[in-house]
Amino acid sequence: MDKKHLVIGVIGADVHAVGIRILEFAFREAGFEVTNLGVMVSQEEFIAAAIETDADAILVSSLYGHGELDVRGMREKADEAGLEDILMYVGGNIVVGKQPFAEVEKRFKKMGFDRVFAPGTPPETDIYYLKKDLGLLDQAETEADQQPKAENGGGEE
Amino acid sequence: MSNVLLIDFGSTYTKLTAVNLEQAVVLGSSTAHTTVTTDLNDGLMIAREKLKAITGDIVYEEQLACSSAAGGLRMAVSGLVPELTAEAARSAALGAGAKVVKLYSHELTNSDLAEILTIDPEIFLLTGGTDGGNRKVILYNAGRLAASGLKCPIIYAGNRAAADEAAELLRGHDLTICPNVMPKLGELNIAPVQEQIRRLFLARIVQAKGLSKIEQLISGIMMPTPQAMLKAMTLLATGTEHEAGIGDLMAIDLGGATTDIYSIADGSPTAASTIIKGLPEPYAKRTVEGDIGMRYGLSGIVDEVGIARLSELSQLDRAEFEHWCQACHDDPSLLPLQQQIQAFDFALAGMAVKIATGRHAGKLEEFYTPLGVAYAQTGKDLRNVRTIVATGGSLIYAPRLKEILTFALYDPQEPGSLRPERANFLVDRKYLLSAMGVLSEKDPNTALRIMKKELIDERSHSQKA
Ligand code: B12
Repeated sequence: MDKKHLVIGVIGADVHAVGIRILEFAFREAGFEVTNLGVMVSQEEFIAAAIETDADAILVSSLYGHGELDVRGMREKADEAGLEDILMYVGGNIVVGKQPFAEVEKRFKKMGFDRVFAPGTPPETDIYYLKKDLGLLDQAETEADQQPKAENGGGEE
Repeated sequence: MSNVLLIDFGSTYTKLTAVNLEQAVVLGSSTAHTTVTTDLNDGLMIAREKLKAITGDIVYEEQLACSSAAGGLRMAVSGLVPELTAEAARSAALGAGAKVVKLYSHELTNSDLAEILTIDPEIFLLTGGTDGGNRKVILYNAGRLAASGLKCPIIYAGNRAAADEAAELLRGHDLTICPNVMPKLGELNIAPVQEQIRRLFLARIVQAKGLSKIEQLISGIMMPTPQAMLKAMTLLATGTEHEAGIGDLMAIDLGGATTDIYSIADGSPTAASTIIKGLPEPYAKRTVEGDIGMRYGLSGIVDEVGIARLSELSQLDRAEFEHWCQACHDDPSLLPLQQQIQAFDFALAGMAVKIATGRHAGKLEEFYTPLGVAYAQTGKDLRNVRTIVATGGSLIYAPRLKEILTFALYDPQEPGSLRPERANFLVDRKYLLSAMGVLSEKDPNTALRIMKKELIDERSHSQKA
């Protein structure tokens, strides 16, 4: 089967470069095709890259606290660009300071993100949900539903 | 005595340059007017006679040519996302010396197809999708082109994974499959497409343009003229195995309808903390401003900077300035023979240079973060380029050349525009850059030596002018 394509990057004027590299390697290791746009990526760059690479998911990272502003309107732009069905995740330190995660999650989901990841979520959790959402889990895995129990992990509805 | 005759078939003139290889000297040059209606062959004969009057009757070992006759190599190009594959494809075509008549992105529409048929390009470059990426759009476009009745050669340089299917759709068409211009996101691979463009130019287009009769007289038409220019500039910058070049440079070719800018420089950020955005840049880069020129492209300059700025710069009042706009509109062959139109042309040339170099050079954006300023660069940082070469009739005969070229330099008012901070100006006074580009194929060392000799420093140029 064809590999699934992910477009990842750190949005806005954010220069935290370490986490996204780790995700790039972890996702590739897990069998995904990964386009890492690096740091200081605009919404438009995420969308353009997803179109050219025919991506299955866009993963937006934000660490410096301005995430909520930076991602505003992104889902609408993706819809406009013909990416209506694309899976969108956001994670990192997406808001300023420590706020109750359930509320943060709600706000980002309202903005059209399919999943919202809490600070410090390990890559295995991300990979689990990616596989699940992209229909890559095999029968056994799905039945056992060995969902890693990370603190504030993926956050199901 | 080994003499070579170099010929540049332009759209309005045929230009000959005779060189002696052993001494690395220009023996003479001549031009003759050619128009759409006159046979290129006639122009060549007239120019030859003129040259003979200068050099005497000499024997040429070889006669080599470049051509931008009959409108140059006209291409239509399509890609997927405007800033990505469409831009990569445009960059490939321009670097191959083509004129990109029209650039499309996403799905071709009915009116796009009608327009393509009207444009009647000589080559269609079809791109879109990274390898293994989007295939829907390029296949859709291949299907539309197949059904459109378009006859010209098509180069497919998009998503590799869709190439077979595209070939199937375009069966019966003159199709070549090349490696993807953007195999991975943000990775350019334009050399193979450029090679194919040149091959098609030589094999088919030279014939179609009625140049093949001429081909029998001369040893060969080597390449489109802009590609010859780019080769000459690259040679001048980088040198050969035997002789060093002069280093990074920028060149400006200001014409009546368009302005071409070349840069031969790596252009990577000068400060380590800068993040690069956008597509990687070709080391030898050509951009063409189709709306910026001294006559046909005059309105593009006016639109961009406004009459007020131009009339101030020319020191003509607004009515006078507008009068000359009209006069040039009515007669695009108008020459700057008297004082007012010279002032008018000075302002136009200065602003044309400013606009075109500004669009060519990279941009630096500042981001304020709580930690301080961060920078993001798109395009080439040319601030460390120290040579600017001026060519084209509108520049090399311009009385206030130095002032005009100063507009190509870094402007503190526009700190984000990464033009050269300071530079020596070299003038292609004998108009021989394209000839040297052609010669570089045969004898790069001689071509380099001639350029070093014949490109005149602006300071001595002004004294003579
Ligand atoms: C190193 C660092 C820097 C370095 C970055 C160097 C570089 N180029 O990478 C420098 C000094 C430049 C820096 C600057 C700033 N930083 Co800083 N920085 C850090 C620090 C200490 C470590 C970040 C890191 O590399 N972590 C290691 C990686 C592996 O983890 P990670 O980035 O969290 O990513 C993992 C997960 O979060 C997750 N993940 C991340 N994104 C996503 C996205 C998705 C979709 C998913 C599924 C998962 C996921 O997966 C990753 C891999 O496991 C953190 C504190 C911390 N301990 O986290 C602060 C921190 C991120 N910085 C912070 C701040 C405020 C700043 C500054 C604004 C100013 C300042 N006070 O220093 C500037 C902003 C500059 C800018 N424009 O971006 C705050 C953010 C607070 C907030 N969000 O409310 C933090 C949390 C420190 C703090 N507690 O105050 N910083």
